[in-house]
Amino acid sequence: MISVYHYMSVAAILFAMSTYGVLTRRNAIVIFMCIELMLNSVNLTFISLSSHLQNIDGQIFVFFVMAVAAAEAAVGLALMIAFYRNRESIDVDNINMLKW
Amino acid sequence: MTTVLFYILGFIMLTATLLCITRRNPVHAVIYLVAGFFALALMFYLLGAPLAAAWQIIVYAGAIMVLFLFIIMMLGLAPQETPEGPGWRRWGPLVLLSASLMVCTVLLIMQDPAAGKEIGDFYLAPQAVGESLFGRYVLAVEMVSFQLLFATIGAYLLGRPLSKGEGQ
Repeated sequence: MISVYHYMSVAAILFAMSTYGVLTRRNAIVIFMCIELMLNSVNLTFISLSSHLQNIDGQIFVFFVMAVAAAEAAVGLALMIAFYRNRESIDVDNINMLKW
Repeated sequence: MTTVLFYILGFIMLTATLLCITRRNPVHAVIYLVAGFFALALMFYLLGAPLAAAWQIIVYAGAIMVLFLFIIMMLGLAPQETPEGPGWRRWGPLVLLSASLMVCTVLLIMQDPAAGKEIGDFYLAPQAVGESLFGRYVLAVEMVSFQLLFATIGAYLLGRPLSKGEGQ
């Protein structure tokens, strides 16, 4: 028998694993991918609760989360390119100076 | 049937995520992440959200992941091995925090009496979602479209070549 907490546990495990990825990786693009995974685990929570509560709003929110994730990916990857142009690397340990 | 599918998909997704966050080569990480997103899309379908499953495949596994792959290959990072991350002493406490947060969340979810009953048959037709998006939530959809436009402009500004007398 699969209840809503099975799905939400999967989402929680997914979120914790991607948190681990964000904290341990040094490649900025991989860190960014882990942030996308976090958004996806939240999406899974939204959809499972939408199904549990027989409510449409969860799926509407998933649409907005995905739109925000797309915008975030575009700006974030442009930032990576700008950073790579200056430093020839995307190691987060090299991102230590705030400068125009 | 649903039970078997849930466990298979959950196993695929968690394995793919684990492989994704541990691979040294970022291209391999992207491939595993795409596999995980496909499993997640099927899970959405299992939960009666076919439109969200389609979005997941088209937007995430399609557009966003191809963008990541494109950037990784454009910057020529594929053969590069990332160096070892910081040692246990530095990230150990943070991992402990995130693991305990996860355990607390799972315990809280399991404690909820309403969550114990089986997840019902629920199917939301794409038509209903579309009517809700462009009916009740039309203002929010317009705002999100503005946000995408601003993101495009921002990406252009960040990515354009530096002109004279700027930067450095």
